[in-house]
Amino acid sequence: MNEITPASIGLSREDLPNSYIGRSVPRPNAPKLVQGRATYTDDIVLPRMLHAAFLRSPYAHARIVSIDSATARDVPGVVRIFTGADLAEVCDPWVATLDHLKGMKSAPQYPLPLTRATWQGEAVVAVLADTRAAAEDGVAALNVTFDPLPAQTDMETALAPGTVIIHPELGDNLAFTRTAETGDIAAAFAAAHKVVEARFVTGRHTGVTLEARSIIADYNRAEGTLTVHHSTQAPHMMQGVFARHLRLNEGDVRVICKDVGGSFGIKVHVYPDEMAVAAMARILGRPVKFIADRFESFASDIHARDHRIKARLAVDAQGKVLAFDVDDLTGIGPYSVYPRTSAMEGNQVVNLCGGPYDFANYRCTTTVVLQNKAPTCQYRAVGHPIATAVTEGLMDLAAEALGMDPIEIRRRNLIRDDAYPFTSPAGMRFEGLSHHASLDKLLSMVPVARIRADQEEARARGVYRGLGFAAFIELTNPSPFMYGMGGARISAQDGCTVRMDPDGSLVAASGVTEQGQGAEAILAQIVAHGVGVPVNRVKVITGDTQNTPYGGGTWACRGAGIGGEAALQAAVALKQQILEVAGAMLQAAPGNLDIIMGHITDRATGVERMTLGELGRIVYFRGDTLPRDINRELVQTRHFITKEYPFAFTNGIQASWVEVDPATGMVKLLEHWCVEDCGRVINPMLVDEQVRGGIVQGIGGALYENCLYDDQGNLLTTTLADYLVPMSAEMPDMHVGHVETPTRESLLGAKGAGEAGTAGAPGAVMNAINDALRPLGARVHEQPFTPERILRALGTIA
Amino acid sequence: MIAISLNVNGERVNRSVEPRRHLIDFLRIDLGLTGSHAGCEHGVCGACTVRVDGEIVRGCLVLAASLDGAEVVTIEGISDSGEVADLQANFVARNAAQCGFCTPGMIMTAADLLAHGGTPTRAEIREHLSGNYCRCTGYQAIIDAVEDTFRARDATGGPAAAPGLQSSGAGR
Repeated sequence: MNEITPASIGLSREDLPNSYIGRSVPRPNAPKLVQGRATYTDDIVLPRMLHAAFLRSPYAHARIVSIDSATARDVPGVVRIFTGADLAEVCDPWVATLDHLKGMKSAPQYPLPLTRATWQGEAVVAVLADTRAAAEDGVAALNVTFDPLPAQTDMETALAPGTVIIHPELGDNLAFTRTAETGDIAAAFAAAHKVVEARFVTGRHTGVTLEARSIIADYNRAEGTLTVHHSTQAPHMMQGVFARHLRLNEGDVRVICKDVGGSFGIKVHVYPDEMAVAAMARILGRPVKFIADRFESFASDIHARDHRIKARLAVDAQGKVLAFDVDDLTGIGPYSVYPRTSAMEGNQVVNLCGGPYDFANYRCTTTVVLQNKAPTCQYRAVGHPIATAVTEGLMDLAAEALGMDPIEIRRRNLIRDDAYPFTSPAGMRFEGLSHHASLDKLLSMVPVARIRADQEEARARGVYRGLGFAAFIELTNPSPFMYGMGGARISAQDGCTVRMDPDGSLVAASGVTEQGQGAEAILAQIVAHGVGVPVNRVKVITGDTQNTPYGGGTWACRGAGIGGEAALQAAVALKQQILEVAGAMLQAAPGNLDIIMGHITDRATGVERMTLGELGRIVYFRGDTLPRDINRELVQTRHFITKEYPFAFTNGIQASWVEVDPATGMVKLLEHWCVEDCGRVINPMLVDEQVRGGIVQGIGGALYENCLYDDQGNLLTTTLADYLVPMSAEMPDMHVGHVETPTRESLLGAKGAGEAGTAGAPGAVMNAINDALRPLGARVHEQPFTPERILRALGTIA
Repeated sequence: MIAISLNVNGERVNRSVEPRRHLIDFLRIDLGLTGSHAGCEHGVCGACTVRVDGEIVRGCLVLAASLDGAEVVTIEGISDSGEVADLQANFVARNAAQCGFCTPGMIMTAADLLAHGGTPTRAEIREHLSGNYCRCTGYQAIIDAVEDTFRARDATGGPAAAPGLQSSGAGR
């Protein structure tokens, strides 16, 4: 069932004009973006709408002594002011743990805190006014007295005796810990020819969606319904969250998600200030809008990747990996984030270290601790960039210790392409990967000999360039193994309804969502392909819980693999249904008919018999002329969930070519390559662009991005002038290649592609920098690799 | 409140504004021109880029009260006039927009480069767009789309002639 052949989906020829799988079809929803005609949440204005602004804690940890809002109430335009106690009357708190993360703990969290603020930037009081400006005037007029408390900011001391315990009822600051151990670590290290070790740091950074978090909640008291316009990746999940915590029926909550200005995992979480907006709308019975400003984004969007990793690697004399031993520590802020939890990133580090390689002995521990900083949670490529940097950094250290080429040590250790199915020492099951084919493909793209010659010639001139590699695996198409098993109401299943309208055009409603990756484009391609119509006859509906089948939304690279498969199955079912009706009309066996470019054709001869528009006209308006008992439902719904494997892993390898200026410590990116295997490629252009955008986010974390706090827990990077993001002048051209190993779990065979770039880029850039610095005897393993850190490694500065 | 009279996308606009009203809020909230976006409100990200008296500016750094008598062109105006229909078509063809939030600002900034003519190198295009933040694309497709537009205009001797709205790129 895996191959898309004419027989498998009822098409007549492989290269029909309407065979859209594998073609770079432009996105049908792109023209509105380039003309400024998209609809983001802040573009929506509702009657009687109020605007929310929040007073946010100026302290990392403080007791809320008193809230005096008398002056604020008199500010022109201010309508209402809400405290944590006010909202707790209508909104129940949440605790973000998952049952299958054994021993995990966190504290109840409210929309606004009742007694204590636990990070700088936590929303404490809400002001509603008739404009955002007036609401901010109201916030400025609030008189809130805080009693500052000692802050626990350093993750290294979070579990030390005498430390500040952020939630005393939890007993300590340990949110979660897990160790995976396979084989005999002690024996492997004792027997090793070489052991290398390093201390890695990945800098706390954040997603910086250009459209900030945005929400309008509107409670209609007459209907008892809550309608939420929300910039989110998971409308159905949020429908359930709003219903559950505001004590409503799910059916009375509708989440509408039109255009989303970037998400990257930032917009798949429950934010207390957004819950506050819904609670205020519930109380007032009128719409409330909240659009985070950039300061609020930096201080209250989830952060990620705040890890310190001590790791070592044992190899034998031939360069074979004997063992990885990894100790990961991560600080996640004062609360685990609902409902995915903030333990998943550390858990992924445990799952993924050493992932591309065939070896026997493994130990990895993650320790997840609380701290008084902004909460962290899942951001694009959750845990992957960390695990990849650790794994690939150690592989390069081992190659150097052995005097072996970095390509050769990888070739000797990558899991063989014929070894599948394969279970990694961390317990991950791989259905089919292509590490060696991907490496070969990469080496056909990267002119290694020319680069090495250039490198040598440049060094002679005092110019230091380096080439770095990073192989990676990526977890996509998650099953309930990821969240559902732990008790979270997060759907791993997704659905699609495809219907034919009277003029023969198709409408596909899907539970996955569009945030710019091109989900709607590939769904249109798949449906056009499955039914047999021109792709511009397919309209795709996403982002509306009232009008799409229940689904998980778009995260963890599941849109194409899960949502796309549901769309394909629904389209194939609709085609069969259409042909059944057509057979009755044309006095032909349905099996002797086909649909090509919107025409019912004779399968054997290709002769056009009737248009879909004509079939639609008869079914919808002259149903009296059809046989009485014929099934005339020109609409089909299918759902899909993976069953054989917990995740569909993908793989790939990246290469980075950089120049480091030893005088300034500046890194110049010269060129970047990535080969990845996401299974069936539905739209090569969109996959390439996902990879490129992902690489640049990985580069951001490697070189520039860092949420910096002082030791009192004050956030120092609160504007885009302080927090550096990759801009066009610094970014390299990127070459993307593909190997296709379709998953056998689905007809479509697609796996995810959105996180591969981010997973591998930091490791590749790190190894390239260290390759450049090698003649100077310097190394860096602490991200971001700022000029300061590079100069310190060079001994230029203390 | 301060009374201002200005021309926005070829239409006369008379309004009273608060002295603190920024151009981006004036356009979005007072005039309903939601194609321009507020990204950072510090003049860094470029999402609010619009044209004032022929030069591109940051809508979040300009006060509406200062624009009495000014001529303002936004993404809506530049789309309707057809000035950048070729650039927009190339953005679609190259998938140079993903979430699209930065895209109107990118188009306005690229239009500024195109209006200056010549044949810039990729590095010069990157430099000109370096004040516009895009989180999704990694920039390469945007540079490609702008470069394609310069090449096509070089070949045809000028900007795309056809004014009006471009049609969907789908189905090709």
